[in-house]
Amino acid sequence: MMKGSSRVTENIIKTLIWAAALSVLTVLVVIIAYILIRGLPVISWQFLTEIPRNMGRSGGISSTIVGTLMVTLVAIVIATPFGIGTAFYLAEYTRRDSMVTRVIRFSAESLAGIPSIVYGLFGFIFFVKYLGMGWSVLSGGLTLAIMILPTIIRTSEEAILAVPNLYREVSYSLGGTKWQTIVKTVLPSAIRGIANGVILSVGRCVAETAAVVLTAGSALRMTTSLTSPTRTMAVHFYILASEAISFENAYGTAALLIILIFLINVVANTLINRFIAKGR
Amino acid sequence: MAGQHKISVRDMNVWFSDKQVIHSLNIDIPSNEIISVLGPANSGITTLLRSLNRLSDLNPAMRVEGEILLDGNNIRDVSVTELRRKVGMVFDVPTPLPISIFDNIAYGPRLSGTKNMKNLTGIVEQSLREAALWDDVKDRLYTPAMSLSGGQQQRLCIARVLALKPEVILLDRPCSGLDPLSTAKIEESLKNLKAQFTIIIAPHNVQQASRVSDHIAFMLMGHLVEHGTAEKILTNPKDQRTNDYLTGRFG
Ligand SMILES: Nc1ncnc2c1ncn2[C@@H]1O[C@H](COP(=O)(O)OP(=O)(O)O)[C@@H](O)[C@H]1O
Ligand SMILES: [Mg+2]
Repeated sequence: MMKGSSRVTENIIKTLIWAAALSVLTVLVVIIAYILIRGLPVISWQFLTEIPRNMGRSGGISSTIVGTLMVTLVAIVIATPFGIGTAFYLAEYTRRDSMVTRVIRFSAESLAGIPSIVYGLFGFIFFVKYLGMGWSVLSGGLTLAIMILPTIIRTSEEAILAVPNLYREVSYSLGGTKWQTIVKTVLPSAIRGIANGVILSVGRCVAETAAVVLTAGSALRMTTSLTSPTRTMAVHFYILASEAISFENAYGTAALLIILIFLINVVANTLINRFIAKGR
Repeated sequence: MAGQHKISVRDMNVWFSDKQVIHSLNIDIPSNEIISVLGPANSGITTLLRSLNRLSDLNPAMRVEGEILLDGNNIRDVSVTELRRKVGMVFDVPTPLPISIFDNIAYGPRLSGTKNMKNLTGIVEQSLREAALWDDVKDRLYTPAMSLSGGQQQRLCIARVLALKPEVILLDRPCSGLDPLSTAKIEESLKNLKAQFTIIIAPHNVQQASRVSDHIAFMLMGHLVEHGTAEKILTNPKDQRTNDYLTGRFG
């Protein structure tokens, strides 16, 4: 009796979990499919290579593609070394229960929960106004760097802590110094997890609107330098849709955004498998 | 007399936080022999071995007092990386790093600055031959070490230590997870290696101790009960507790 009824309960729970997973997947597929169906026909060679004209009603979106890539690049280049460095400091150089570790970890966790508009406001006040950097690629990139830093720290730290302690002991027992052990054993073993955190952050940068529109601006012309303002694809999409300028081009931009994020993931994973994590 | 002792341990006491796990241990370990350190679980054998290459430094809660002399010099007075190259260690589970067979063996030499590929290749081949693994792996040196069988992995770990050109080799129950054939191969290599090295092994059991040892030390609850030549300990132990252990009355 007991056995039979617990088997029934188990099956019911299994079915419910399946249903939950399936509905999430369905919603996701429907959204992506809808955007691609409406957006893909808009994408053409001209759409990719021309800058927006008439507020984005016509022309392409080339300057926003460049803007997206530049802002994201700045953010990643700045946040990655700081984030990984902090993660190694936390995981390898401090004791888990020390005051420094707890303060840094608490800050990182708090920062991770702040809405992006707050980062945007901070970036606007600090970089754009106080430091006089104006709306620019640099202001936007720095703001995004601060925004993604907690993610990079946490994912990197988790990846480092997941490296079996035995690997460290082996390295030490073979005459390795702490630095050699970190560089030759811990880093390569953690690199996949670290890279995943960075890729995740790239995605967040590419998709961010609130923090970027306040710091990088929304200029439509082609960006020529780190100090000039720009508009990212996500911001372009937001403005096209919210100001009812062109839903057609908004969907085209959104479709391209999805494709871009997908491409970044594929390329990054291929590179990691090919060059960094080989044999692991 | 002192000259022929490779390692001398003087009045060693070890604590984990405030729990003492080794009590005033004294032992002299002769060169070019195999000494087994026997005892039931939790006797402190792993603790003793990890103190000899200062792997104990890695655990802030672990405190080692007393003197440990290597060739008459206190191991606290030499650089710790140099000490660990001289006193190599094989762990109780196979511990290949997640890199190729070649890179595993070359790991130690590379750390100490050997970059020349020809030298490295020579060291790798020689170490693998000495660990009786060369014929198994010579055609797949660049494949992941993780793909080897358990016994091969453990011989890889021995080869990796040999590549350091050490003077002492510590083996902490190196055959615990291995089948009899792999165990026999490892024991065979150890006997061949003792001409060049001083070998301290925590054996798997009394039978293994009797097969490989020149000397045997018996530990119990953090105390060194007695030690002497293998023949003497196995046939005529002085202490009742040693006798009880050897005859399988506990442990
Ligand atoms: N990292 C550690 N932290 C606290 N206690 C430990 C640690 N390692 C070993 N001990 C304790 O020290 C004693 C001796 O352990 P160990 O040296 O591993 O014995 P053996 O290798 O003879 O089985 C045991 O009581 C064990 O619980
Ligand atoms: Mg042990």
